[in-house]
Amino acid sequence: MASTAPLPLRAGVLSLLIFVIFALAWHMATRGGPAGPAMDPEYAKLMGATATQGKSAMPGPLEVGAKLIEHLRHPFYDRGPNDKGLGIQLAFSMLRVAAGYGLAVLVAIPLGFLIGMSPLMNKALDPFIQIMKPVSPLAWMPLALYTIKDSGLSAIFVIFICSLWPMLVNTAFGVSGVRKEWLNVARTLEVGPWRRAFTVILPAAAPTIFTGMRISIGIAWLVIVAAEMLVGGTGIGYFVWNEWNNLSITNVIIAILLIGVVGMLLDQLLARAARAVTFPE
Amino acid sequence: MNDRFISIEAIARRFPKRTGEPVTIFEDLSLSIARGEFVCIIGHSGCGKSTVLNVLAGLDQPDAGFVFIDGKQITEPGLDRAVIFQSHALLPWKTALANVAYAVASRWPSLKRAEVNARAQRAIDLVGLHGAEMKRPSELSGGMRQRVGIARALSIEPKILLMDEPFSALDALTRGALQDEVRRICRDTGQTLFMITHDVDEAMYLADKIVLMTNGPGAMIAEIVENPLPQERKRVEIHRHPDYYPLRNHLIDFLVTRSVTFRDEMPAGYDRKKPPVVRPGAQTPALG
Ligand SMILES: Nc1ncnc2c1ncn2[C@@H]1O[C@H](COP(=O)(O)OP(=O)(O)OP(=O)(O)O)[C@@H](O)[C@H]1O
Ligand SMILES: [Mg+2]
Repeated sequence: MASTAPLPLRAGVLSLLIFVIFALAWHMATRGGPAGPAMDPEYAKLMGATATQGKSAMPGPLEVGAKLIEHLRHPFYDRGPNDKGLGIQLAFSMLRVAAGYGLAVLVAIPLGFLIGMSPLMNKALDPFIQIMKPVSPLAWMPLALYTIKDSGLSAIFVIFICSLWPMLVNTAFGVSGVRKEWLNVARTLEVGPWRRAFTVILPAAAPTIFTGMRISIGIAWLVIVAAEMLVGGTGIGYFVWNEWNNLSITNVIIAILLIGVVGMLLDQLLARAARAVTFPE
Repeated sequence: MNDRFISIEAIARRFPKRTGEPVTIFEDLSLSIARGEFVCIIGHSGCGKSTVLNVLAGLDQPDAGFVFIDGKQITEPGLDRAVIFQSHALLPWKTALANVAYAVASRWPSLKRAEVNARAQRAIDLVGLHGAEMKRPSELSGGMRQRVGIARALSIEPKILLMDEPFSALDALTRGALQDEVRRICRDTGQTLFMITHDVDEAMYLADKIVLMTNGPGAMIAEIVENPLPQERKRVEIHRHPDYYPLRNHLIDFLVTRSVTFRDEMPAGYDRKKPPVVRPGAQTPALG
C-alpha cells in the first residue's frame, strides 16, 4: 500500500516518524529521576538546583518546545545588552554576514575575472591563494582586532576573509574555462572587451561562480557563530555563549535549531540563484 | 571586378607536437577568390580545411604568409566576414532568437531593440525555424542548431561568408532548401562565399570553383576546378548536363586516389604557390 504513494509523501512520513522517535527517546532520557549516587558535591554546587534536585540538567523536548514558542512570540524584545530577542540576535548575525560576504563578492568576482583571464596573474597569485585558503578564518581574528580595533568590524573582516577564497577560486576557474568557440563568436562579431565580459564570459562562468558563492555563504554562516562567541556583544553566536554561561541549555538548543534553519535558508537561496543562471548544453 | 578580392599568399600553419619538431599542416598555400565568387574546398578529414578557414576569419594566425581581403591584410576577425562554425558555436544560455539578435546588435550597435529583434526574426524565418525562436540550443536538434548558426551569419549581411560544413547535420530536404537559399542570397547580394564541404554533389551544385586539397600533413592545393555547369542550374536537371559526369568523376577520382598519391606523382611544372586551374567537361579538355 505504502509503496504506491509518491516518494515525497513516503519520505515525509518517514521523516515525521524519525522525529517522533527521536523526541520520545529524548523525553525518556531527560525525565527526572533520583540523583546519581556518585555526584561530585563540587560539581553539584556548580550545576545548581537542577542537579541537586535529581532532575536532569538536560531539558526535555517539551521544555524546549514551550521555550521556542515563547521566543517565536517575542522575537524582537530588547531588555538590555544581555537579554535580547532571538530575532534581534539573528538579525545582527545576518547583517554581519551580509556585510562581510557582500564585500567579498565585490572583491572576489572582479579579481577572479582578472585571474581567470590572465594566465600570468593566475600563476603569480596562485601561491598566495594556495597558502591563504586553508587558514582558519578565526586565526585572523587577533590580527583584525589589533589593526581594526573594533570587535564588530573584526567579525565582519573574518567573514570577508572566509567568504573570499571559494568565490575567488571558482570565479577564476569559471572564467578561464569559458569555451573558446564562444569567445570566437564574440571576436568575429567585433564585440568590445567590456561587452564581451558581460555578455559572454559572465553568463558562461555564472554557474561556476554561483557554486563558489554557495560554498562561501555556508562557510560564512559557520564562521559567524564562532566569531561572535569570540567578540561578544550581539549576534546569535554571542547568544549561544551567553546562554551557556547562564546554564540555559534550553536556549542553547533553540539557538542551534535556528542557526540550522537560517543556514538552510541561505543555502537554498543561493542554490536557487545558481539554478536560474545554469544553462543546459 | 576585382579578381583578387580575397588573396591568400603562401600561408603556412604549424602546430607544435608533444615530441620533436612541429607538424606542418600546410605551407606555401596560395589561393585567390574573386568578388561574388562561390568557392568550395574539398579534402579529407584532418587535411587542414578548417585551419584555412580560421585564418581567413582572422581567428588563427598563419606562421608564414599573408591574407589580404580587398587589399587589406587580415590579422583579426571582423564583421565584414561571417563565420558558420563547424560546431555551431551557439551561446547555450541564449534562445535561438537572442543568439541571432546578439549578432545583429553587434553589427549595428545603434539599432533599437525592437528593430534588432525584427531583423533577427527575419533571419530565423529565412532558415525555416519559425516557431522555434524562443528555444535554447539544448532544446534544438543538431540540424536546427546548424540553421541558427546560418541565420546568425546571414543576419549581419557580411561581404564574405565563411562556412565550415554548414549543411552536414541536415536531412536531404532541409539541406536542399538551405543550399538554394544560400545560393540565392549569394547571387542577389553579390556575397563572396568560401565553404568547406565533404559532399561532392553539394560542391558541384553550389560552387563556381572547387578547390581540391590533398591529405596532410603538408597538405597542398592540388588544383582548382572550374565548374563547367551553367550558372542557371536546376537541382533536378544538372545530372543530365553533358559535363556533369566528367566533373563528378574528376572530383571523386581526386578524393579516392589522387588526394593520397598527388604528393608522389606531381604533374610536371606544378607550383603550389600557383595551383593549376582545370575545367573537366565533355567538350573542353583541361585548361592546364
Ligand atoms: N590547435 C591545434 N593544435 C594541434 N593540432 C591541431 C590544432 N588544430 C588543428 N590541428 C591539426 O591540424 C590538422 C588540420 O585540422 P583541421 O581542423 O583544419 O582539419 P579539417 O580539414 O577541417 O578536418 P575536418 O574535415 O575533419 O573538419 C589536423 O591534423 C589537426 O590534428
Ligand atoms: Mg574542419
